[in-house]
Amino acid sequence: MTALLHYLPLLGVLVVVAGFALRFNPVPVVVVAGIVSGLAAGKSVGDILALLGTSFVSERALLLYLLTLPAIGVLERAGLREHARNWIASLRSLTFPRLLIAYLGLRQILSMLGLTGVAGQAQTVRPLLAPMAEAAAEKRGAPLSMEERNDVRAFSAATDNVGLFFSEDVFIALGAVLLIQGFYAQHGIELQPLQIALWALPTAIAAFVIHAIRTVLFGRRILHSGMQAAREGQAAD
Amino acid sequence: MLTIEQAYWLIALFLAGAAILNLRERRWWHAAFWGVLAVLIAGGKFVLAASAAHHPLPAQLAGIGVIALAVLSPRMTRGTLSERDTAEREADALRLRHKLFGPALLIPLVTLLVALFGAYIVVDGVHLFDKTRMTLTGLALACVIALIAALWVTRARPMAGLSEGRRLLDTLGWAALLPLTLAALGGVFAATGVGTAIADLVRLLIPVDNALACVGAFGLGMVLFTVIMGNAFAAFPVLMAGIGIPLLIHRHGADPAILGALGMVTGYCGTLFTPMAANFNIVPVALLELPNQSDVIRAQWKTGALLLAVNLILMYLLIFRF
Repeated sequence: MTALLHYLPLLGVLVVVAGFALRFNPVPVVVVAGIVSGLAAGKSVGDILALLGTSFVSERALLLYLLTLPAIGVLERAGLREHARNWIASLRSLTFPRLLIAYLGLRQILSMLGLTGVAGQAQTVRPLLAPMAEAAAEKRGAPLSMEERNDVRAFSAATDNVGLFFSEDVFIALGAVLLIQGFYAQHGIELQPLQIALWALPTAIAAFVIHAIRTVLFGRRILHSGMQAAREGQAAD
Repeated sequence: MLTIEQAYWLIALFLAGAAILNLRERRWWHAAFWGVLAVLIAGGKFVLAASAAHHPLPAQLAGIGVIALAVLSPRMTRGTLSERDTAEREADALRLRHKLFGPALLIPLVTLLVALFGAYIVVDGVHLFDKTRMTLTGLALACVIALIAALWVTRARPMAGLSEGRRLLDTLGWAALLPLTLAALGGVFAATGVGTAIADLVRLLIPVDNALACVGAFGLGMVLFTVIMGNAFAAFPVLMAGIGIPLLIHRHGADPAILGALGMVTGYCGTLFTPMAANFNIVPVALLELPNQSDVIRAQWKTGALLLAVNLILMYLLIFRF
């Protein structure tokens, strides 16, 4: 019986999985999961509300990216995305894989230096990288179909994520390494940050190689389907 | 002195402005949603201080606010917000050209400068930037400077900052809130013992004398737990305390530095698979106006899976060697 009680809070996890699988709106699903998990752990309603409230406001730094929106919005109104697209289209040799691999490499180097907040989905992907990637992909000579355009945008977002995640551990003064070091120190194992950071390097390199290869393959797929579309267009004429 | 708290006030101000614009357009649900969120962000410091002093009421009210946001968010339909005419945007783009990049690049540039040199800027014997979360304070400052530059370059009215910001905020809709809600869930999960329950389950299922099985359970456990929590930082202490330290380090003699580094990045692979990592995987879906919630995950899961295999192999080959 006590064993069962120990595992009861896992019901909250079940709520999350079921909610996402059934495609409910995630915000209420997540809040309900928190309440279920709290009730299953035998907490009072007052405690659960307080826990929910404090956990929420103590993470409010996660909303800082919203402050980029007014500046980006004003620039978009004056054609920032259009200009990003026009500019990339005018650079002949900048192909889709080259653009995205250069961004990936740059993002990884910046992350390694601890500069993770410099780029991001709101700051750089929506206003700059995504329209540039679309323009680069359209150099194949045929416009992107709606589906292809969405694929290109999603791949740009994915590239930003990969570039961010797998290099930040190489930087010694950043969250992850300090978290690892602090955790070990609590458990009586003393390590230098550099010892930990060094061993994150092979993964950072592997991430670059794997994602760069995938970018080339994705670019080739877009290119071929474009040439096919162009041929079919000519045949129709 | 510039502090992160002032940045929170700026966010609250922006959200309140967006609420008022929506109110004027009779978009009641949006107005209520951003209004409640503005109050929560502005009152954050007060709630935490009261809670630390064992006054639970403000925190409980904040909890009710979170539930209110959850009730409102299914009403946050994307709707049609008028954007400026495409032809006009194209014309401006041709006229302003690279000048448009300047303000956009100011955001990373100023953030970078504050991150690097902020600690050394002293005015009248007082540090200009508070040391806690200085980079994020720098980001907030960068956004203000970039907005001023953007208004200057485009000759737009200052109110355009609010109305255009509101356009993007409403495009994001409830997705803007999801990272925060999930972080809150992480806090609740941690406080209710979900983590230890999962680690105990994993240990019940594996043969503890087999080093390979322990490596596999640790690595896949990191991924699974990251997928559930949306965050490898939450997974790390749980899996380390449950499997990493007792089994891999003490029983099988693994090197802690390598195990720690590779364990964390193995968890990051999980971040690429999960909608729970909303700021990376769901927010861009809204920002890029993609049709399916899983579009970004679909674009990146193969990279994550291949990298996961690489990490597990590296872990097995390296942690017992050194």
